[in-house]
This record gives sequence, structure tokens and C-alpha cells, in this order.
Amino acid sequence: MFRTALRNVLAHKARLLMTMLAVLLGVAFVVGTLVFTDTVGNAYKERFLTTLRSISVQATPPFDEKAGEPGTVGEDTLRSLRRLPGVASVTGSVEGFAAVAAKDGHPLGGDHSTAAGNYFPQADGKDDRHPLTAGRAPTGPDEVLLDTSTADRGGYEVGDTVRLAVDGPVLRKKLVGIVRTDDTYGSGGTLVLFDDTTAQKLLLKPGQYDGITLEADRGTSEERLAAEARELLPKDSEISTGAQLRERERADAAEGTRGLSQVLLVFAAIALFVGVFVIGNTFTMLVTQRSQEMALMRAVGAERRQVTRSVLVEAALLGLCAGAVGFLLGIGVAMGIRQLFASTGSGLPDGPLSVSPSTVLIAFLVGVVVTMLAAYLPARRAAAVPPVAAMSAVHTPPPARGLRRRNAIGATTIVLGVLGVLYTASSGEQGRTTVLLPATLLLIGIIVVTPALSGPAIALASPLLRRFGVPGTLAPRNARRNPRRTASTASALMIGLSLVTGLTVVAVSATTALHQRAENTVRADFEITSKNGGGLPASVHRTLAKSADVTSSSPRRQSAVRIGGDEVTLTGVDPRTIGDLLDPGFVSGSLAALGAGGGKDLLIDTSTADIYGWTMGQRVPVVYDDGGRATLRIGGIYRDDEFLPPTMMPLATLQPHLKEIEDASVLVRTKAGDGETARHSLERALDQNPLIRVRNTDDLAEAAGGEAITLLVNVLYGLLAMAVVIAVLGVVNTLAMSVFERTREIGMLRAVGLQPEQTKRMIRLESVLISLFGAVLGIGAGIFLGWAAGRLASDSIQGYEMVIPWGRIAVALAGAVLVGVVAGLWPARRAARLNILTSLKAD
Amino acid sequence: MHPHQPLSAPDSYAAHATDLTKVYGTGDTRVVALDAVTVGFVRGQFTAIMGPSGSGKSTLMHCMAGLDSPSFGSIRLGDTETGSLNDRQLTRLRRDRIGFVFQAFNLLPTLNALENITLPMDIAGREPERAWLESIIQTVGLADRLGHRPAQLSGGQQQRVAVARALAGRPDIVFADEPTGNLDSRSGAEILDFLRGSVSALGQTVVMVTHDPVAASYADRVVFLADGRIVDELHAPTAEAVLERMGRLTPAHQV
Repeated sequence: MFRTALRNVLAHKARLLMTMLAVLLGVAFVVGTLVFTDTVGNAYKERFLTTLRSISVQATPPFDEKAGEPGTVGEDTLRSLRRLPGVASVTGSVEGFAAVAAKDGHPLGGDHSTAAGNYFPQADGKDDRHPLTAGRAPTGPDEVLLDTSTADRGGYEVGDTVRLAVDGPVLRKKLVGIVRTDDTYGSGGTLVLFDDTTAQKLLLKPGQYDGITLEADRGTSEERLAAEARELLPKDSEISTGAQLRERERADAAEGTRGLSQVLLVFAAIALFVGVFVIGNTFTMLVTQRSQEMALMRAVGAERRQVTRSVLVEAALLGLCAGAVGFLLGIGVAMGIRQLFASTGSGLPDGPLSVSPSTVLIAFLVGVVVTMLAAYLPARRAAAVPPVAAMSAVHTPPPARGLRRRNAIGATTIVLGVLGVLYTASSGEQGRTTVLLPATLLLIGIIVVTPALSGPAIALASPLLRRFGVPGTLAPRNARRNPRRTASTASALMIGLSLVTGLTVVAVSATTALHQRAENTVRADFEITSKNGGGLPASVHRTLAKSADVTSSSPRRQSAVRIGGDEVTLTGVDPRTIGDLLDPGFVSGSLAALGAGGGKDLLIDTSTADIYGWTMGQRVPVVYDDGGRATLRIGGIYRDDEFLPPTMMPLATLQPHLKEIEDASVLVRTKAGDGETARHSLERALDQNPLIRVRNTDDLAEAAGGEAITLLVNVLYGLLAMAVVIAVLGVVNTLAMSVFERTREIGMLRAVGLQPEQTKRMIRLESVLISLFGAVLGIGAGIFLGWAAGRLASDSIQGYEMVIPWGRIAVALAGAVLVGVVAGLWPARRAARLNILTSLKAD
Repeated sequence: MHPHQPLSAPDSYAAHATDLTKVYGTGDTRVVALDAVTVGFVRGQFTAIMGPSGSGKSTLMHCMAGLDSPSFGSIRLGDTETGSLNDRQLTRLRRDRIGFVFQAFNLLPTLNALENITLPMDIAGREPERAWLESIIQTVGLADRLGHRPAQLSGGQQQRVAVARALAGRPDIVFADEPTGNLDSRSGAEILDFLRGSVSALGQTVVMVTHDPVAASYADRVVFLADGRIVDELHAPTAEAVLERMGRLTPAHQV
């Protein structure tokens, strides 16, 4: 049996190659995922070993509850720590934010972290945390260091003047050196280092540090040092030994990579699932072609089981080859994924590829098991050939069983799936994960009835093909000849496309909702905020209000007050202009309340109302930051919205009680609208301070989630592409088989005068029809799934309404046509090149 | 050897081959299938080509019909020299000027009988001549079967569809390759009657390859091939005469 199987594999190698491709791509995806996550995991481990090696003890002072800011330790503490026995070095760190502008003025770092810190030289004048690659350490208030990536992107070289801002006006500092960092700034953020004194002054408090690390002498245990240090540090400081730190980081990283690997494996599984259709198809065709041979084996005494087994052994051999090649390809895939993640700026560390023995084993196991699973049904069918078929001169494939039972099962599954989806979609919160089950059921149901659908669907398209003449008449009829084959080929494509479409529907709907809402609630052209998450100094609003381009403006000036037992943040806005700038959806009351009521009216959003149980017209006693007291009246309640402050009150009422003025943002309307010209004029008015962000409503919507959604969707598209590629291979495979089976017909057509180009067109049209059929099914199912998923998402995304992305659907359909044409290229060429005479003799 | 042709003016040939030679393979595997054959098929005549297996009769027909290209020699179809045609032109020639009937019916299973009949014209994008088409359909007796798929027709009916297809486009010449090979004798006789009738009543030119003396007896003329050469010829044949000539031929050339 084994020898027969081996011979068969070798005899049909060309045809099996396509099948093998389907398996090996799936295997490659799995291997790629495993190798990638192993590699990332190892790189993390490696990184902690290097960066954390010199840390024996790390200490963070407790949060200063009274001041409401992180705690600090002074230089005296550092001095006493340095005197501890067994201490090799003590490093005090200062951390904060600083925005950097590139040499040409544009801000660097986007929305990534814009970190700042101190360069803390040890006895040898170097800071181990930040090795210098050029220049020297900063030694005065006007000198800074940048990390290599920031310097590169900003176009800075040592000696240049760097424009940056910490929390206020633009500072100009001389770049005296460049440091290497193995943190994530390389992927988009920025890092600025000052000398110790300057860092403390700008980022913290003079003479203070917000964290301390100790390095122990050789032979001093970390635990002992930690215990001794605890005595000298403020009470309740968080103290970890280097070992604990490394373990914690490793565990975090492992957690992160495990999550990632699970997501990737899900997509690998989808790709393999699609592969099963392609493999199953091939085996069905191979077995049909060889039915006479199988019958002969049965006639000379092979048992049914033996015939089945011989086909399965064939599948196993194929799976083994696919596993081996897929494994090699997977290593390439791993590098590809790493590239993909690197380009999205996720900041994963780099390292040598790591391949564990279990990955090798899994590659072969997946290859063999998936192939055998897919070949099982065809193998069973092969064995069902009656021995007498060997005697019949005419080659008769086993009659196809009726589709009635199959359709009944499929229809039932679809109904169950649809009902399940509808039920879970309306059940809210807990439906989110359970919707997966009925959705899968629905897809499977569709796959089961696809053969029955293929006939009518293709018949529907036939009139459109008339204009292609005879090829256009024959192509749809050929596509309908073997509904099962057409169906499973189309199904493979359907799976990928339904997921892509569903995803697109949800993503486009969510993004549209965000933009719509930003558009509706924010009437201002621009919102100006600080990049570091802190407030803007009052000067920003003053400058903008004076600008000739600005027609109206208001700060969102904030202050923490006490109301009853609660601390509440109140936002003061300008009652005269706020109506031009914001348009909250009021449940009761209106913006007019701010101007009326003697300035004693407070507007709140619905969630604030819920939290404190305040109602319209209620009077609330307020204790201001400066101790002043007042009673405010709830003058309006508006729908809660991320583009609106949670509370609004007249600026004039709040202002006198403020100890220091900080604006969460400034809203402006300009003469020139919300275009780039207006933006630039605002930026110029603000001295192009890199700390200040000027965003229009589209930017606000993108920042509120639009951008993240787009990024996520693109990554998922990339992952689903693998499933689509395998499906395309399936189309190629099916058409190659069809051409092979119809050799004689094609010979006859050529004999009676079908030109080679017409022959090609006939095959290509068939290919396009099958692809389009799969695409239409997939898009239809995808829209339904997208709708269902949207029902669940609409709870968390206000104003969510399903948007059918017609543009992208058109692109997907055009893509399907392209896929059809491309998949048909090779089979069509083969068909056109067939020798007429040999074809006529073929059976 | 160049047997003398019947007395006819050259332009009365529907197809004519001069010194037609076909060689397959090279070196040890070299086979001369046709050896400088010169033969003409007169318009309005039914010619049968006979010969033992491997005599080159199918190769002769394939070359004449533009399905295979000769190694040497020239072929004229009407006034067209086929050797100078490229694949496209040759395909168009087959489509517009040649009718084919194959042994294994060779109908398209996805097309019904009528669609199969009009296939060459559909490929050409040409409207069939209604009256002519109907008379052909009447003749082959398929009027009530036109909507049937080949799988719903008997072998004889399928071959009648094939004959109708060959005749429907009013080709210059019809080539039939063992048209009765897969049929029982009654169905075979029907097919031969149609071919005969198309020649006698409609003036069609038919060339038929066969190894069946009874089939050959329907022809006006029988050309005998052996080892790639024309070795004999018979006019107004009877089955007995053909059998007798074959008998004379076969032992001498049996390998």
C-alpha cells in the first residue's frame, strides 16, 4: 500500500504541488507565528538581562498624597545610600515629558511618548542607562542629549540648537551629545536628557529624584542591600531587587507575547481551514480520475479499508512534504511578521530568530494532520467504487449523490446561525463573545449549501457574459457542471472575504460614527491641547484670543473643587463664545444657562449626573480650591461625549478662585476654517511650540479611536491575506483540474474553430465567475456579521450606525475579478496550448 | 509511387495534397506516417480512406483538415494553400470551411443538441441560415430532440447531432474520422445514409476515414493506404470489393 501511495504522489506531483502549497502556506503561517513569538520572547529576555543587569535594587518613593504628585527623594538620601557597605553605585533618576521639534519646526514624536530625563554620570562620568554614541555629557542648563532615533528624525547633529518645550514656552538648547537607548523611542517617540540639575529644575524639583537604583558590589546580595536601603528611604517606598524586577518584566513580556501568539494562531487556523477546502477538492478530483484504478485494486482483492488507507498514506506523505517546506517558509514568515510589527511602531525588541524543537514538531504534525483530515472524505468515497467498475471500458466517475440531504443540513445550520446571531446581537454586553459561535455556525451553513446556490447564482450572471460569445456561453455552464467543486473553491474565498468584509463594516461604521460625533458636538475649528497631557498656560488662550485669524475662542479652564464629600473637576468656559464652539446634546436645559442665572449655573453631562445623583435645578454647595464657598445650580444636563468636558460653568465665576491657571484645552474658530492654512497660522501664533497640539475635528476623531481602528484593521487585513492567498491557489487548482478533465472537449472546440484566445477567455471567465461567486457570498455574509457585531459595538460607541462601505466592497469585487483572472492565467494557457489531436484522443 | 488521379480539372478539388509527408520523432524513434502522398478530393464526391492500423489514414485526414501540420509537401483547401497559414488563420479555416465528425461523438455536454449543432457558427459569431439549418435537422431527424443534452441522447442520436453540426455551416468539405466506430450497425447505417445523402442530394464533399468495408461501400471512391503511401484506389465500391482489396493489402504489409 505504501509503495502504491508513494508512486501516486510522484506520478501526480504537478497537480499535488498546488495542494501542497495550500497546506504549506498554512503550516508556514503557524510556524511563522511560533518562531516570531519565541523570537520576541527571547529578545525581551535578552533585553532585560542587559538593561536590568546593573540594577541590584530599585526604589520608588511613595506617592505624595498631600501634594497629589509622585514622591521624591533628595540628594542627601543618595549620599547616605552611597555610604552603605556593598554599594558599587547609586543612580538617581528624574523622569518627565519634553516635546521636541525637528530642525524644520514640525513637532516630533506624534502621539508617541515624548520622554525626558536626567543624565546621571557615575564616578567615571558615564551614565550606564544611556551610553553616549557621539559628543559628551551635558554640563549646564543650556545643553541637552537626544537619543539616536530622535536625532535622526529631527535632522539634528551634535552642535545644533534643539527647539523643545517641557511645559511652557519653547526652549532652545544646544545638542552636545547623542545616546543609545534600547527603549521604545526608536519606534516613534522621543527622548531628551538634561544634566542632573536642569532635569530636576525643569521636570521635578531642585535637588530631588523620583527614583533610585543601586548597583551592588560583587559578593553583596541584592536582598541584603534592599533591606539596608529600606532603612534610609522614605517610609512605604516601593523597593524591588534586580531579580524581582527582571522576573516581573519577563512575566509581563511573556504575557504580552502569549496574547499576540494566540491572535496570530487564530488567523493561522483560519488559513488552514481554508486550506482544507483546497486539499479536499484536489483529493476528490484525483480520486475521481483514478476511480478505475481503485476499482482494479478492489477487483484484485484490496479491501475497502486498504483503498482508503492508501489514499490517506498519500495524503500523509504530502502533508509531510508540506510540513517540511512550510517550516522553512515559516521562518521567512516570522521575519515578515516582525517587519510588519516593526513598521507599525509597536516597539518590539529585535533579536536572533529562535526556533524551538517543538515548533519543528508542530510544523510536521499540522501538515500531516490537516492534509489527512481533508483527504479523509475523498478517501472514503474512493473506496466505495465497486470492483466491477474496473471492467467497464468507458470511464465512469461515481455518480454524484443528490444534494437534498446536504441542503437540508445546510439550511438548518444557517437558520440556527442567523437566529443565534440575532439573539446574541440583541442581548447586549454578554453577547460579545458568544456571538462567535452562531457566526461560525452561519458560515458553515453557507458553506454547506454553497453547491445548491452555485447553480442559480451563476445562472444569474450568465446573461452578462453573452457578449463574450461562445466562451461566455460555455464558461458559466462549465462552472455549473460540478457544483460541489465550484462550491468548495468559492467557499475557500468566501471565508476570507466574509471576515474581511465584516471587519471593514464595523471599522468603517465606528470611524464614521466618531467623525460624525466630533463634527456634531465640536463646532470649533480647532482644539489646542498640550502634548504631555498636562494643562496649557493661560498665555496660550491670551495669545490666541488676540490673533487676527481667530474669530471666537474659549479656554476649558479646569479646577478641582469639593462638592459634598466628593472631589469634582469643574470646567470654566466663556459663556459668550461657547455656543460657537461646542454644541452639546442637551437632555434638559441649554447653553444659555451659562450666560443667565448670575453666573451661578453649572452644566453637567449625563454620566456626571449619574455618578453624583444630581438632577436638573438642584443646588450644590461648592468649596473652591482657594477655600471660597458658593452654591451652584444645575442649569442643564447634556449627553456625555468624549469631545465635551464633563462639566461647564461660567469662566468668570470660577476664575477668581484659581490658585494657578491651567487650561485643559483652548477652543477656537478661525476666519479660514479648519484647513491647513488656518492651522499653520495658529501654530505660528504659538511660536511653533512642539508641546502644543492643534487639532481639527477630524484629528480629534482620529485620536479618539479612528487611528487605532485603522491600524488594527490594516494588521488584520494583512493576517487574512494569507487565507485569501490560499483560496486563490484553490481556484488555480480547480481550474487546472477542470482543464485536465475536459481535455477532449477543449480539443474538439479547437478543432471546430475556437481560437486559442477564445479558449483562454473561456477558462478565465469560468475562473472569474467562481471567484466572484465566492466574493459575493463572502461579502453578503460579511455584511450580516458586520451588522451583528455592530449591534454589539453600538453600546460602547455612541451614534454608531451601520455604514456599508460600498467603495471598499467595490474594491473587493474588483479584487475578486482580478483574482479570477490571475488564477485563470496558468490553466487558461495550458488549455490554449493543448495539442488538438492528442486532446481528441484523451479520455 | 504516384497513382494517377481521376480525370478532373485541378480546381474541381475541394482539397488536394501534393507530396504530403509526415514524420514523427527523430533518430531511433523516427516514424514516417505519410510518405509523399499526392491525393485530391473532388467536390461533390464521397471519398473513403482505408488502410490497416498505422497506415497513415488518420494522419492524412488530420493534415488535410488542418489539425496537424505536414513535415513536407503542400495542401490546398479550395484555393487556399494551408501551409502558409498561421494557427489563427488555420483555426478560422477549420471553423468556416471544414466540418468534423469524430468517432467519439465529441459533443459538448453542457450544450443542448441545437447549441452543439450551431457551435462553429456561434464561435464565428455568424447567424446560421435558418432554412438550411432546419432542413439539416429534418434530415437527421432531430427536430424533437433539440433541447436535449448529449447525456440524454443515445449514441446514434449523438452522432447524428455531430453530423448535423458538421453540415450546418455549409463547409467546403466534411472530414469524418471513423464516424461509425462507436455505434451499433443500425445507427451506423443511419449515419452513413446521412453522409451519403449530403453528398448526393446537397452536393457536399465528404472524406471519411474508416476500417469498415461496409462503411466504405457508401463512398464514391475508396483510397487505400499502407505504410504511409496510397497503394490502391476503387471507384463505386461494394463491400465485397473493398474487403477483397483489403485482404490483398493486409497480409503483405502486416508487421
